[in-house]
Amino acid sequence: MTPRWKFMVVAGLIFVVLGAAIYFPILRRRVRRAARQQQQSEEQARRELAQPITVNPGDPRVKTKLFWASDAMDSTLVPVTVELPLANDPVVRSKQVLNTLLAGPVDAELRTLPPDAVLLAFYLMPDGTGIADFSEALATSVPSGIASEQLAVDSIARTLEANVPQVRWLRILIHGQEVETLAGHLDLTGAFVVATRPAAAPAKPAVAAASAEKAPAAAPASTPATLTPEKAPGKLAQPERKP
Amino acid sequence: MLLDVRNVIRMRTISLAGAGSLALAGAAMVHSAQAPQTTPNAQTPGAPVVTSPQAGGSAQAVSTFGALVQKSGLNIVVLDAAHGGTDPGARGTGGIRESEIVLDLATQVRRALELAGFQVVLTRLGNENPSFDDRSAIANAQRGAVFVTLHISSTGLPGTVRVYVNSDLAAVTDSNGLIPWDRAQAPFLGLSRKFGDLVQGMLVQRFKGSPDAALAAGVRQLRTTAAPAIAVEISSIVVEDRAELDRMAPSVADAIARGAAAFKPSYVVANVPGTLP
Repeated sequence: MTPRWKFMVVAGLIFVVLGAAIYFPILRRRVRRAARQQQQSEEQARRELAQPITVNPGDPRVKTKLFWASDAMDSTLVPVTVELPLANDPVVRSKQVLNTLLAGPVDAELRTLPPDAVLLAFYLMPDGTGIADFSEALATSVPSGIASEQLAVDSIARTLEANVPQVRWLRILIHGQEVETLAGHLDLTGAFVVATRPAAAPAKPAVAAASAEKAPAAAPASTPATLTPEKAPGKLAQPERKP
Repeated sequence: MLLDVRNVIRMRTISLAGAGSLALAGAAMVHSAQAPQTTPNAQTPGAPVVTSPQAGGSAQAVSTFGALVQKSGLNIVVLDAAHGGTDPGARGTGGIRESEIVLDLATQVRRALELAGFQVVLTRLGNENPSFDDRSAIANAQRGAVFVTLHISSTGLPGTVRVYVNSDLAAVTDSNGLIPWDRAQAPFLGLSRKFGDLVQGMLVQRFKGSPDAALAAGVRQLRTTAAPAIAVEISSIVVEDRAELDRMAPSVADAIARGAAAFKPSYVVANVPGTLP
C-alpha cells in the first residue's frame, strides 16, 4: 500500500469515528425517547381515548352525594356531600359523578374503586338502565373478595341513585365486554337495582345491590317451622356453554 | 371417557363395569342443546369426591351426576373450596393464596361435617379450577344437599367471618316448566337465608365482630346452585402470618357443621322422582 493510500484510509477512519461521535448521542436520545413512549401503559392510552368530561362552569353547583367506605376495615358505605357543577343531561351527569367517585376521597384508604380505573363510557337506555363501561383496571385492581367487590358496585349504584334519578338499573361492562364476575366473586351478568321506585324491569333480571344490609328475614312469622322450597322447582335446565 | 349428555331427557341408575363402577341417578334434566360434557371417570382430576362417615372418611370419586344413597331431608353437604388452578383468588403480601387456604379449610370442614353425620361432596381435591357451572352441577346432581363455598377476603376486620346468601333473584320458569340454569338459586333463597343465619349465628359466637345474620350479595357461584347455598368468607388474606388464618379453621369448621345440623330438621325434600332438589 502506497503512502497516499495509507493516508486516505486513516483519514476515512477518522471521518467515520468523528461522524459516529456526533451521531451516537443523537441516536441514544431518540432511543430513550422511544422507550419512554413505550412505557406509557395501556391504561394511560385508554385514558386518552376516553371521552373527556366537559365541565361547564355555567352548570349549577349542586350538593352531590358520593358513597365511599366508612372505615378501612369496614364494608359499609357512607355518603360524603360535595358541591359540584353538574349538567342536567343524565348521561353527562352520570359521567361527572362517577369520575368524581373514581377520583376518590381525601383519605385514600376509604376508596371503593381502584385509583387506576377509568370510566370509558356511559350509556342510558330508554328503560332507565345505565350501562357503565370501565377500564380493565376495575376488575384487575379491585381487592378480590365478596365484601370488597360488592362494596365497589354498591358505591357506584348508590352514587348514581343519589344524583341521577333517571338511572334505575345499572349494568357494568369491563372494556366494552360483559364479564361473568368483577374479580372472581361478584356477579356482573345481570343488572343492579339503582332506584327502588317502581319501574318496568329491564331485559335481564336484576340483582339487588345492597350487601351491607342484613338479608331479609329467613321466614315470615306465618311460615311453618318446616321449610320446603318456595316453589317446587321441578326440572332444572342445563347451562348454555359459550363457544 | 366422555359422556355426552346432549338430548338426554332423564338418566337413571346405570352400572358400568370395566373402568370402575359408575352410578348415574336422580334427575339430570337437560334443557339446552349445548349441555356440558361430563367426564365421569374416577381417575379424572377435578371429579367431585364424596366421603361419608360410614366410609370412615375415605375419599371416593364419582361422576358429576354421581348418586348417593338418597334419603328425604338433608344428608349431603357439597363443600366448595373456591378458586384453584390458574386462579389463586385473593393474594396476601406474604405470598398467601386464597385457593390454597380454602382447600385446607375444606378438609377440616369435611371432618367436622362427617363427625356430625353428613356425607360430604368436595368440588375439588387439588389445585384445579372447575368452572362456576361445573361446581354448581355437582350440587345440583345431589338430592337433599346444601352447598357451602369457602372464601378468604382481601378486606375486612381480621378474625371475623361473614356468611353470604344470594341477593334476591326473580324466580322464573320457561314455558316448559323448566327453571333456567342461571336462576337455579331463586326457589331456594328462603332456605338459604335460614341456613345462612344459622351458620352466621354459630360463627358470631366464636368470632367477635362478625355480623349477627347472613348478608346478601350477588355471589356468582350461588346463583346457579339449586340447593340451599351459602358463601362463607373469612377476613382476611392481609394477615402477616398464615398461621392466623389456620388457627381460625377449626372453629369455622365446627360452626358450619353445627349450623348444618341445626338446619337439618328444617329441610324436608319432596320425595318426588324426577324433581330437584
